[in-house]
This record gives sequence, structure tokens and C-alpha cells, in this order.
Amino acid sequence: MNWADLRWLVPELVLSAAAVLLLVADLFTPAERKRWLGWFAVASVVPAAASAVILLGDLQALRSPGVRIFSDTYTLDAFAVYFKLVALGAVALVSLVSLEYFPGRTPHLGEVFALLLFAGVGLLLMASASDLILLLLSIEFVSLSSYLLAGFLKRDPKSNEAGVKYFLYGAATTGVMAYGFSLLYGLTGSTSLYDIGPRLGQAGPAVYLAVGMALAGFGFKVSMVPFHQWTPDVYEGAPTPITAFLSVGPKAAGFAALVRTLSVGIPLEQVNWPLLLAALSALTMTVGNLLALVQRNLKRMLAYSSIAHAGYVLMALAAWRSPWALQGLLYYLLAYLFMNLGAFFVAMVAADATGSDEIPDHAGLSQRAPWVAAAMAVFMLSLTGIPPTAGFFGKFYLFAAAVDAGLLWLAALAVANSVVSLYYYVGVLRALYLMPPATPGPLPVPAGLRAGLLVALVGTLAAGLYPQPVVLFVETARRLLTG
Amino acid sequence: MNAEALAFYALAAMVVVGGGLVVQSRNLVHAAVSLVPTLLGVAGLYVLLHAEFVTAIQLLIYVGAITVLILFVILLTEGATGLRVPQRNEQVPLALVVSGALVLLLWAVLLRVPWGPPAGTLPPYNPGAVGRSLLMPYVLAFEVTSLVILACLVGAIVIARREE
Repeated sequence: MNWADLRWLVPELVLSAAAVLLLVADLFTPAERKRWLGWFAVASVVPAAASAVILLGDLQALRSPGVRIFSDTYTLDAFAVYFKLVALGAVALVSLVSLEYFPGRTPHLGEVFALLLFAGVGLLLMASASDLILLLLSIEFVSLSSYLLAGFLKRDPKSNEAGVKYFLYGAATTGVMAYGFSLLYGLTGSTSLYDIGPRLGQAGPAVYLAVGMALAGFGFKVSMVPFHQWTPDVYEGAPTPITAFLSVGPKAAGFAALVRTLSVGIPLEQVNWPLLLAALSALTMTVGNLLALVQRNLKRMLAYSSIAHAGYVLMALAAWRSPWALQGLLYYLLAYLFMNLGAFFVAMVAADATGSDEIPDHAGLSQRAPWVAAAMAVFMLSLTGIPPTAGFFGKFYLFAAAVDAGLLWLAALAVANSVVSLYYYVGVLRALYLMPPATPGPLPVPAGLRAGLLVALVGTLAAGLYPQPVVLFVETARRLLTG
Repeated sequence: MNAEALAFYALAAMVVVGGGLVVQSRNLVHAAVSLVPTLLGVAGLYVLLHAEFVTAIQLLIYVGAITVLILFVILLTEGATGLRVPQRNEQVPLALVVSGALVLLLWAVLLRVPWGPPAGTLPPYNPGAVGRSLLMPYVLAFEVTSLVILACLVGAIVIARREE
């Protein structure tokens, strides 16, 4: 190993060091000052993100699509940097609102932020792992931290249920995925994605079996049907900031890992995986949308909606032969980061006052907190895909890719699904704007939550109204190191 | 059938029977002790693969430490000693159908694959080689493992500790 290679790992090193420092500082911080630990967590994301951007500049100065270090186990390319920035954005925003949520609910504030940072390190590694062992390990890193965070509120039975359910489901799918990985190793004699691709040869049905089993693990992370059953219970029971984190962080990193594994490790000529994913995408978006229609709990509704959105993003993999596909996936996941985090943050505002996540209990929010209700309107319209929001551009890219790849039926199904989704998204707005509030009077919104909401709102609108910078970055990030 | 194949099937039977007992036993302590034949069988499979170093580690860590640790956890968890927990629920038939179908599918496919020698050379299995591969190609995975364990320790303490 070469010591100079460590510089490509600076974002991970910064975030790990911050997490360990935070744990040590926690020991010496008196209870009334624990909130500073949260600010430290938010601040530590800044140097990590800055170093990721600098590394991207270094790559461009080298005129290289990417570097592979540590015997090809770790790859840094523009694609990885893009997902690292998305992951860091999720960690920062979720830490910010956690500052308002967790004090008073748990005495172990320091550990919340340390685990969030550790989960962040896992996400950074997932975006770069190009070896089955590191890939499995980084997925487990994110999963284990997530199980703990989902079950963090010990006195809340729903949080306990969320933690245990997430853990049991995750353990089972990881086992299946590890078995699939072992088959890939057995067929090729290598754990490196760069070696597996060329060596797969004419292995026939065993490769399909291995890919299918590996998909169980990835499907669990991105909540793809039929590995989605955990989603509503965990999203409903977990502390709301953690739910927000689960819906964007691990999902985006799961897609990053899935894209890298399939595009680098499994040649299209051996396995027709776009066809397989087209079927899964159609199933995922339809099941998610139909089940979302009947939900009365806002967090459960957003859980089913997040399953539907996983279906839309899977369209990019189904349409892989189109040059628009990867751009669509990248743009959509950034848009989804802002709009979905925003929706969960709004859910926190009303739940803080009423103690309930039921949609009718959000009635009259437009009178009690007009700006929050207006932001929710933007997020709901963006999730539906109505211009000029980021969600519209994301869907436009994805639908164009599907049409371009000749998957007209899939694009038509996605449009139909988007129309159906309008019903339940507008249902939320109806409660917010047309139903009278149960208790009148303005609703206080804590500062951290206000800041998080503002960033999400600006992100959703800016990426929709002025998409050029994002599109340019997405163009760069398309350069995926393929071997 | 030669002696090696015979040994393999005997060890595999040990692993499967032990595993079955772990998930069937209603007594937690019995379930924990049933892990021993399973883990010993896996150690035997490593011997068949000429992985002596991994065998030693398997015996020390899994058969020795992990099993004892699980027994201690049962001992120290209030009221769990001698506790009889039902391991079956109404989903057993469905689970049997799904896992049975998966086993048949795996057999159907894996028995037909021309496994042949893998494209790469088999890595050597001695302590030196294992150490070199941990500290050279897999150094990043090795270091990340320590972070994973740290995160799990912190989380486990928070979840398990009694609130004052």
C-alpha cells in the first residue's frame, strides 16, 4: 500500500475522526451543553464535503476518469464524489433537525450524532466500494448504524419495533446477498468488480442466480418490491429525523452501489439485467403508489411514496442503454434528497405540536404556520413531478431515458403512476389548507428545523428553476470508472 | 465416494443438524449450545480446504468465545435463563415453502454449473499469507471493520443500559 493513496480517502477520514472526537468530547460535556455536539457534527460535514470537491478537482487536473486504490477495492471517480456530496448533505441536514428533536427525548445526545456520522462514513464508502468485501462491509456499516438509530428511543414501543424489524429484515437480506456474492467469487475467483466482469464468461444460469440473490440486499436498502415490507413500519416507528435520513441517505448510496456493481461487474452480454430491472421497476412503482393511496398516517404515506420513487429511479437502470439514464438517476436522487427531507421536516413541525402523525391532525397548518404549509405544498408538488420544481426535471429525465431505450410501456406506466400519486399528495395539501385547525394560534418552529426546511425548500426550487449547474455536475458525474 | 467426500458429507450433516436444533429448540440455553456442533462442523470444512489457520481462528473465536459469550448474555439477562420461547408462528408453512423452493432452485442451477478451476490462482492459507492479505489488498476493509465494531459497541451500550 502506498501512503500517498490515503489522500483520496480524506472525506472518510475527516468524518471518522469527527465521529471518534465527538464520542470523546461527549464524556466531558455537561448535560446542558450537549447540543454543541450536534453543531460539531453539522460543522464536521463541511471539511468532508470540501475535501471531496477538491479531490474531484484533482481528478480533473490528472485528466483521469478516476483512481483505483488499495488493490482496486476503492474507486474514486466523479460518480463517487457526486454520491458522497449527496450523502454528506443528508447527514448535515438531518443532524441539524436532530438538534431540535432529540433533546428531551433521549439523554444520549452525543451517541445520536456519533452514530449519524458513522452512518455517513458508511455511505461515503458505499459510493466508492469496488470490491465485494468492502461493498458488503460498507452496506453493513450503514445498516447497523441505522438499526441502532431507528430503535434509539427506548421508551417508545414503536421505535423499538422499528429497530428490531429493520434489524431482522436486514440480517436476512444481507445473508442472501452474501450468498450471491460468494457465488460470484466462486464463478470468477476474484472479489474485485473489475475482475469479475471480464471473467464471468459463459457461466449461464448461475450468474442470474448470483445477481438475483445480490439484488435482495440492494433491494432492501432502496426498498424495492418484493424487499420493501419493512419500510412502512420502520418509517412510522423510527424517530422522524432518522426516518428522513433513511429515506434519502441509504437509498441514494444503495443506488450508487447497485449502479457500480451492475455496470462494472456484470456485463450486459452475460445477464440482461436491464430487462429484469424494468420488471422490478414497474412492480415497485405500482405497488408503492397503490398502497400509499389508503394511508392516513403521514409517515406511512411517505414510506409507500418512497417505495414508489425507488421504482421511478429503477427505470434508469432498466433504460441503461440510453445515454440519459445515468444522468436521470443522478439528478433524481439529488432532487429527492431535498423534497423528501423537506416533507419529513414538515411532518416534524406539526407532530411536535399535536404528538400525532395522522394526516387529519395536520389540519389548518396553513393558518398556524403559513410558510411551513407553503413549503409542504412545494414538496408535495415536486414529489408528484409538477413544474417548475426539481421533481419535474428528475421525472422528465427518467421518462425521456425510458422512451429513448424503447421502453414506452414503462414510461406510460410511470406517467399513470404519477397521476395516481397526485391524489394522495394533494390529500395532504387539502388537510393543510382547507380543513380548520383543531387549536388555533401560531405554531412555533424551532430554529434548526427552520434552517433545515429552508435549505430543502431552496434546493427543491433552485434545482427546478435554475437546473444548469446541477445538470453540468451531473454531466461530469456520469463519468463512471468502468475498468 | 472417496474419503474426502465422505468427510465432507459427515461435516455438512453436522452443520445442518446443529443449525436445525438452534432454530427449533424452545429453550434458549439448548439453542445456544446447539451452535457448537454447527461451528465445529464449519471448522472441519476449513480443514478439508487446507485452511489450517482459519480453522484455528474458527475454533478459538466462534466455538470458544462466541458460544460462551452467548451463554453469558443469557445468564446475565434477567429472567432469560431457562426461559422457554416459542420459535414457531403461523408463518412456518409459508417460510418452509419459500426456503424449500430456494433450495431446489439452488440445486437445479448449481449442480449444472461447470465449476472448473477458477480463473485466478488459489490464495495460500497460512498465517503469513492471511496477514499479508489483511494488511495489503484488504487493509481498507480491515480498518473499516474496526470502525463498524466501535459504532456497534456504542449503540449496543446505549440500547442495553438501564436508564436512571
